[in-house]
Amino acid sequence: MVEFSTWDILENLLLAARWTVLLSLVAFAGGIVVGLPLLVLRVSGRAWLAWPVRVYVDFFQGTPLLMQLFLVFFGLGLLGVEVAPWAAAGIALTLFTSAFCAEIWRGCVESIPRGQWAAGASLGLGFGGQLRYVVLPQALRHAVAPTVGFSVQVVKGTALASIIGFVEVTKAGTMITNATFRPFLVYGCVALIYFVLCFPLSAAARALERRLKRAYSS
Amino acid sequence: MKIALDFGELAPYAGVFARGLWLTVQLAAVASVLGVALGVLGALARGAAHPLLRLAAGAYVELVRNTPFLVQLFFVFFGLPAFGVKLSAEFAAFLALTLNLGAYATEIVRAGLESVSRGQRMAAASLGLRPAQVFAHVVLKPAFASIWPGLASQLVLIMLGSAVVSQIAAEDLSYAANFVQSRNFRAFESYIAATLLYLALAVAMRQALVALGRRLFAWKAAGR
Repeated sequence: MVEFSTWDILENLLLAARWTVLLSLVAFAGGIVVGLPLLVLRVSGRAWLAWPVRVYVDFFQGTPLLMQLFLVFFGLGLLGVEVAPWAAAGIALTLFTSAFCAEIWRGCVESIPRGQWAAGASLGLGFGGQLRYVVLPQALRHAVAPTVGFSVQVVKGTALASIIGFVEVTKAGTMITNATFRPFLVYGCVALIYFVLCFPLSAAARALERRLKRAYSS
Repeated sequence: MKIALDFGELAPYAGVFARGLWLTVQLAAVASVLGVALGVLGALARGAAHPLLRLAAGAYVELVRNTPFLVQLFFVFFGLPAFGVKLSAEFAAFLALTLNLGAYATEIVRAGLESVSRGQRMAAASLGLRPAQVFAHVVLKPAFASIWPGLASQLVLIMLGSAVVSQIAAEDLSYAANFVQSRNFRAFESYIAATLLYLALAVAMRQALVALGRRLFAWKAAGR
């Protein structure tokens, strides 16, 4: 039987953590790309465009991420598309992220006074122009801090990919535990790796929020 | 390939889903009550005079909020027995959920406590209320009134997050879905059913919490 030193454990976990980072980046980038058009539909002012986005957001905010993951994994399989665990996890996390981002950004857009839209209109800008040149640049300032804060949820969410068999850091932890019988140490290290990934994001979100508050109070 | 969904295959397993749903409800209810209580203690510790107490509470909050619940659950269920603490899956699930919510609740309650002005505490003290009375009647109640919407969202999130306890074989709603699909091979139908039950539970929970807030904090609406 192969002996694992503490260093071996940590090294293997860190190697697996690369997949956690990659999946987080893919899901976060994908979520932003999918979330933006959702936002545009949501704030379009047309009920028939906004309503489906509301249902979409309510669904992803009102159901467990684990179920969303299973539905994508088994649902795509049912459609005859064989998906690898990493692809299913990437798709599910992207959809999950897009719903939350759209909702966060909606709040930011709605915090911009209606007069700004009207001012844009008076300059002859259409809906797209008002959003693109007047409202979004201002809303962006409000959006950065909560979006960075939400990225922590995305990183933590990638842990669930382990359940459908994607070998990221949590799955690696389970596999190493099964080989070494040292769950306390292994899961402690896994938690530490997540902490190292997430804490800077949490701290950045707090710092950004403080900066925004200062900018508005001065 | 032809898609053939057959929800009829789920009918014989209605009891399995019902039992799973019941554990999910219990998990959410118990973790909510204990977790919020822990949050009040945590918020007090974060505002305490003793620096070690403040540090410990701060470390607890940051550690829990910056690690996945799944890993916390594994740590409690698989890690603690190494020290001779043997836990059943259900108990580990209750414990991990409570500890998880406690950290989020600490931050939420702290914001609530900070929203109560100093003048209000001093006014209460000047009326001759003891510090514990001031805290319970004059600080905590308005604090909860102001944080109730945020707290309600967090409680719903905890309920949704509890789905992962199926991974340590606690027999909740997601465990029921796993069990059923392993028997009748109707994975998609089974997970759709469980997902809709979670959605219904989330909606019901949110409405119940809003109604509870209206009842508990009726004075707030009446006073304005």
